[in-house]
Amino acid sequence: MAKVKAGSWVEIYSVILEPGQRAPQVPEDTAKVPLELKVKGFLQSDAELGDEVEIETIIGRKYTGKLIDAEPSYDHSYGRPIPELLKVGRELKEILKGEGGNG
Amino acid sequence: MNAGDYNEVMARKNEIMKKAVGIDYDQFRVNNLVFDYEEMMAKAGYQLDEIIDIQKDTGVGQTPLLELKNITEVARKLSPAGKGARIFLKDEAANPSGSYKARRASVSVYHAEKQGYPGVVAATSGNYGAAVASQAIMRNLETIIVQEVFDSDDKGQPEILEKGRKCEAYGSEVLQLSVGPELFYVFLKVLEETGYFNASLYTPFGIAGVETLGFEIINQLREREELEPDAIICTNAGGGNLTGTARGVIKAGAKETKIIGASVDLSGLHMASDKDFNRKSFTTGHTGFGIPFATWPDRADVPLNAARALRYMDRYVTVNQGEVFYMTEALAAIEGMERGPAGNTSLAAAFAIAREMDEDQVIVVQETEYTGAGKHPIPQLNFAMENGVEVKRGNPDEEVPGQSIIIPEEPGLIKARDLDLGKIRSSYLKKAINSSGIENIGDKELEFLAAEANLDIASVKKMIAEIDEIKVDFK
Ligand SMILES: Cc1ncc(COP(=O)(O)O)c(C=O)c1O
Repeated sequence: MAKVKAGSWVEIYSVILEPGQRAPQVPEDTAKVPLELKVKGFLQSDAELGDEVEIETIIGRKYTGKLIDAEPSYDHSYGRPIPELLKVGRELKEILKGEGGNG
Repeated sequence: MNAGDYNEVMARKNEIMKKAVGIDYDQFRVNNLVFDYEEMMAKAGYQLDEIIDIQKDTGVGQTPLLELKNITEVARKLSPAGKGARIFLKDEAANPSGSYKARRASVSVYHAEKQGYPGVVAATSGNYGAAVASQAIMRNLETIIVQEVFDSDDKGQPEILEKGRKCEAYGSEVLQLSVGPELFYVFLKVLEETGYFNASLYTPFGIAGVETLGFEIINQLREREELEPDAIICTNAGGGNLTGTARGVIKAGAKETKIIGASVDLSGLHMASDKDFNRKSFTTGHTGFGIPFATWPDRADVPLNAARALRYMDRYVTVNQGEVFYMTEALAAIEGMERGPAGNTSLAAAFAIAREMDEDQVIVVQETEYTGAGKHPIPQLNFAMENGVEVKRGNPDEEVPGQSIIIPEEPGLIKARDLDLGKIRSSYLKKAINSSGIENIGDKELEFLAAEANLDIASVKKMIAEIDEIKVDFK
């Protein structure tokens, strides 16, 4: 396991409520799974992924939990163009050029 | 944080909230049913002129109002002679944090600073977190955002991931939770531990902050076009957007302007369901919030909700996800404005409604929101497909939320589908009267209920008498 150095920006994980502790109003599928929390912060001492660790968040508050990621990345992006939308602009321009209606 | 004390923390809810909001809501209650809404807005909030100054201080508001000439022209091409209202758009994406939510956060954060709170907390998956964080930076306060982000497979909506990133960009601590309403418990714990201010979406501060939006629209149109709009259409979820805007319109003295709510139809998807969570391509502005909050606003994180959309709605319509993505594309492709999808919900509805209106009439879409990675039709539709939702061109009437997203084959298929406001009012009356335990309805109760349901006294009385599940006497 890779060592993660104290001071690294990391993400930790903890379970807030176990499946048996979920609120009575939650639907069945949600009641079967735990309520989980992830927080990012600066690792307080050297550790390995999977260890219970302490972090200090960007505003200086402390949390403990399982170390799940070092330098967690933002992976959301755009992705492939959507064929169903590609022609919309052209079609609208055709309508604008066309006759008819109240135009 | 530990798991043992859920019930204990929930039991301390009122006490925690009172400290964290600093408002004693009981002073506005007349009895179990009636409370003085206007007094609450006046006493607990700020006056419009003060708010204009507060917002000037942090660069909020005074956003451009644009006429969507090409979209209007397309609507006219698809309409009979004389039809096709002019469509205007208020570019709220120009606010510091990229949405109208900056208005909503501005007054709360100002108030928190003035009252000496060291920081602010907000429970939100959305634009509001970014707005609070951005405003808090300008006022040198710390921010914690509690956000519902991922399902039990650790998968998150691209739009929510983006909004989490944006909160972090503004230096806030972001607590990211899996699906479930117990987020509220985590939120309460954070409030209790930190002593921070609850920048709730639903206080008088938040709602009064949105009044400037309606006020600006009316004044911009008066100045530029020498007219008042026939209709203003608001993307509706928890109801604060519509409520604040409508109150601002009234304060500007526009009496004839109709207020329309629009939500994306997500019927059939359960909001607290782990499985349904990632089958939604909209994280706000949808019926999953819009209808419950319209029928019963007092389900929020404060005892009396200042967002009371039913008071102001003249009409409430739904549009489908595919229609909103289509109009988002249209706004970029023929108006040159790339903006986020959720804010365009009301644009899709406006396009359909404009076709019913006369060509000399005006309809205003009262917001846009920022766009970017994750918060855009391309990632949203890719994500939908990855989650087994079918995406195709066709007739949007056939869309089934969670199963398909139908991009209209042609723009003439876009519709604004009316919700029955009578039904929503009757649900509201049932809930309000029955949960209050009140048995006798007199003048003050009728007056309150009429204002709440946006009806006259005679109509509200008649409606109450006709609902079997309500058993009351009239004094
Ligand atoms: C961009 C945008 N538009 C509209 C809304 C709906 O506002 P409200 O919840 O007050 O109805 C939201 C709220 O989440 C939003 O972020």
